[in-house]
Amino acid sequence: MNPQEKTVSKHNFEECMKCTVCTVYCPVLQVNPRYPGPKQAGPDGERLRLKDPYFFSYALKYCMNCKRCEVACPSGVKVADLIQAARIKYDKSVPPLRDRLLASTDLMGSVARPVSRIVNGVTGLGVTRSVLDATLRIDHRRVFPKYSGRSFEAWLKRRAKEQAAFPEQVAYFHGCYVNYNNPALGKDLVKVLNALGVGVQLLDKEKCCGIAMITNGMSAQATRNAEHNVASLRKAVSERGLKVVTTSSSCSLTLRVEYPNLLGVDNADVRDAVMMATRYIFERLEAGATLRFRPGFHKKVAYHVPCHMERLGWGVFSERLLRMIPGVEFMLLDSACCGIAGTYGFKKENYESAQAVGAPLFEQIRAVDPEVVACDCETCKWQIEMSTGYTVQNPISILAEAIL
Amino acid sequence: MDPREFDVIILGGGIVGAGTLRDCAMRGLRALLIERADIATGASGRNHGLLHSGARYAVNDPESAAECIRENRILRQIASHCIDQTDGLFISLPEDDMAYQRTFVDACLKAGIGAEIIDPALARQLEPSVNPELIGAVRVPDASVDPFRLCASNMVDAKLHGAQVRLRTEVTGFIREGDTIRGVHTRSAQTGRTADYYAPVVVNACGVWGQQVAEMAGVTVGMFPSKGALLIFAHRINNTVINRCRKPSNADILVPGDTVCIIGTTSTRIPLENCHRVSVTPDEVTLLVTEGAKLTPSLSETRILRAFAGVRPLVSDDSDPSGRNISRGIVCLDHESRDGLKGLVTITGGKLTTYRLMAEMATDVVCRKLGIEKACETATTPLPGSQGRSYEEVAREIWEAPSTAQKAAAARLGDVVTRMPNPSRQDEALVCECEEVSAWEVNNAFERMGVSTLTDLRRRTRVGMGTCQGELCACRAAGLLAKAQDCAERERADLLKFMGERWKGSYPIGWGDTLREAEYTQWVYKHVLGL
Repeated sequence: MNPQEKTVSKHNFEECMKCTVCTVYCPVLQVNPRYPGPKQAGPDGERLRLKDPYFFSYALKYCMNCKRCEVACPSGVKVADLIQAARIKYDKSVPPLRDRLLASTDLMGSVARPVSRIVNGVTGLGVTRSVLDATLRIDHRRVFPKYSGRSFEAWLKRRAKEQAAFPEQVAYFHGCYVNYNNPALGKDLVKVLNALGVGVQLLDKEKCCGIAMITNGMSAQATRNAEHNVASLRKAVSERGLKVVTTSSSCSLTLRVEYPNLLGVDNADVRDAVMMATRYIFERLEAGATLRFRPGFHKKVAYHVPCHMERLGWGVFSERLLRMIPGVEFMLLDSACCGIAGTYGFKKENYESAQAVGAPLFEQIRAVDPEVVACDCETCKWQIEMSTGYTVQNPISILAEAIL
Repeated sequence: MDPREFDVIILGGGIVGAGTLRDCAMRGLRALLIERADIATGASGRNHGLLHSGARYAVNDPESAAECIRENRILRQIASHCIDQTDGLFISLPEDDMAYQRTFVDACLKAGIGAEIIDPALARQLEPSVNPELIGAVRVPDASVDPFRLCASNMVDAKLHGAQVRLRTEVTGFIREGDTIRGVHTRSAQTGRTADYYAPVVVNACGVWGQQVAEMAGVTVGMFPSKGALLIFAHRINNTVINRCRKPSNADILVPGDTVCIIGTTSTRIPLENCHRVSVTPDEVTLLVTEGAKLTPSLSETRILRAFAGVRPLVSDDSDPSGRNISRGIVCLDHESRDGLKGLVTITGGKLTTYRLMAEMATDVVCRKLGIEKACETATTPLPGSQGRSYEEVAREIWEAPSTAQKAAAARLGDVVTRMPNPSRQDEALVCECEEVSAWEVNNAFERMGVSTLTDLRRRTRVGMGTCQGELCACRAAGLLAKAQDCAERERADLLKFMGERWKGSYPIGWGDTLREAEYTQWVYKHVLGL
């Protein structure tokens, strides 16, 4: 007889069967012996931390939060959440200036954008990178993303009236990257959605999703951003009845999963309305919408599924979307982490690990030799471009190129 | 001198035997301990692991309560590495009589126990897992104690003082000359070899089995074995001992112990011949879960790791010839004055918390018989590992940035770890992942703590006590043990026995994740390892 109908535990850590499959899928463990691995850092370590927070280990900072352990887990244990939640709860060290700078993508963007030419020039210089390496421990081999002179927000605001004319509407959480670094991706999305008869709106006011703050010990600020963003999403979803699309897999994961699981910000009422643009577009096409493709378009595309896309389980939407473009010669790369993990690979102490993690992926890309690598994540893009020399495009941009 | 001759022979390797051995050795006696199985296999290893403040006994047994609080304070000093200074709460729920709280607190204060009535809101703040419906709370100096660690530390220290220990050795009879016990006949449970040992005094510290041992010597000690069932939950829910503030009853104590917490107990009289094979019934499990959930509602939704039962060594009171009057206090019998049998002392009853006092009482009798005048020093001499430093301080002394396993080792071994040689990378490899026990700690147990089987190893290191219940660690530990003993064949049999014993604890609560895990373990052992 069983007097317990069910058992529950935080992040399902008691459901761990110690099968150790997460350990096999952890990219860090394979290159960095200082990392205890997801099982030990997650469900095993949790029992000791519950006994005494003293048992928290700073080696948990080596976790990239790629979530591959969670994808691998057959028991539904939120392994990476456990690790990040432990870091939030027990790591009382103040993040160094470098980490705070790297995590403040929003702030850095708004400062750098107006003087983007100077910033881009300066960060491209070898001497700048040596100085950053020596002073902030940002690795000198790392290539910095370029900043754009005009923000995406400003661009779209000027077209608000024109966008409002479309019969259907969607809201776009563009994220820091599209706003400050690559407005072209946002414009590509607008082109594709417009071609489907859908107008694009901004959220009331979006802030950085906060993923880099979560992993860099700035959870209080991440929580403030989360509360702000959920309120904005709520307005769009509940008041305006819109779906919200993103073009960044990490932003999507943060808005949908990290907010409730790690920051305790309830998003249950808006969660289902937030999705990757590739999923939104794929579903519309499946439902009968059509796009007119450019005749004679040809591109050899190798698609890399970002870790957070794997965690969302949505790599299939981007894949199917790319495959349905006439003229796309599609190749799916093996599921593997590229090693950058947001701000992780920028840090000097992680550079070697990051490159070692990504090595098999880079090797495969070179072997496949595509015209372009497709990928839904901006930091994967920087890493792959820097490490292989191949151009990386968001699937949305490839789609935008392929349509009339 | 004949190596078979000693000043005193102690029978029973539980906490009382180990404590008596240490006390005797510290008073300069040549002491030998003989144990049929392993350390802490009886009631010493089958309990809550509660270091009583005495509050639980304050109302009904003020004498025991006063003993408990005195020993509680002593053990915090001398056995700090075995004790987690958690404090305890006695909570009143809406159905409980608040008048009892007053009686209870008065009795505690009278016994010298610092009991403090606190606001229920403060209790919820101190212990967030506590039933939020509580209407009253009293804070008392309860703590949690690791009985295996305590027992092993006493033995290790006794050995450092020159004492000898024979584990897995059964006493088959007494060597008797007229009305005097001269020694014991023994047989090794491992090799079957027999040996005789001689001493002018023999101490019977066999707990509930003391009755049979006394019978062997022709005297009677009336034991009233009482079974108590307990459940181990897979992680710590509470960090404070939670008791129910009412007349002691079933399932009204929840003790956090190391990485788990334990709810108990029940109380059932059982016949003496069944003491060897107690098991937990489904009714007991249901009772423990449902009653336990009144202390901490989350118990009803927390994964259970194991069920186990122990037998309390309750003794009939000599002052009551009917034997009905059961004493929960310490019983120290000098069979010379009681029964006219020279050279035999029985020490029994009591509790884990008062083991040191029991050992002192028994050793006092032994010394009196031997004409030795040396004062007991166990109340002021710390055990090895407990030199007054916290595990944080110990770990900081050795390692710049200790790993979780290194921290865990410091927590288990206390300052003994500082005397260990620098381990190699291989030594640092984990044997037990759930409890973070390294190969180095396991080998240390082999070398210093008299380990013959995986079960012995578990008692000394926590290997196999974690969530996986041996799934991953047992094979690794078996490999190391086979190497240490240079016998793979015997170790293979030991491994199967160990896994069988682990399953015994999972069986009564075999549902949900524990059942899934057991199934998975079985699959690994049968189909992957071919065992």
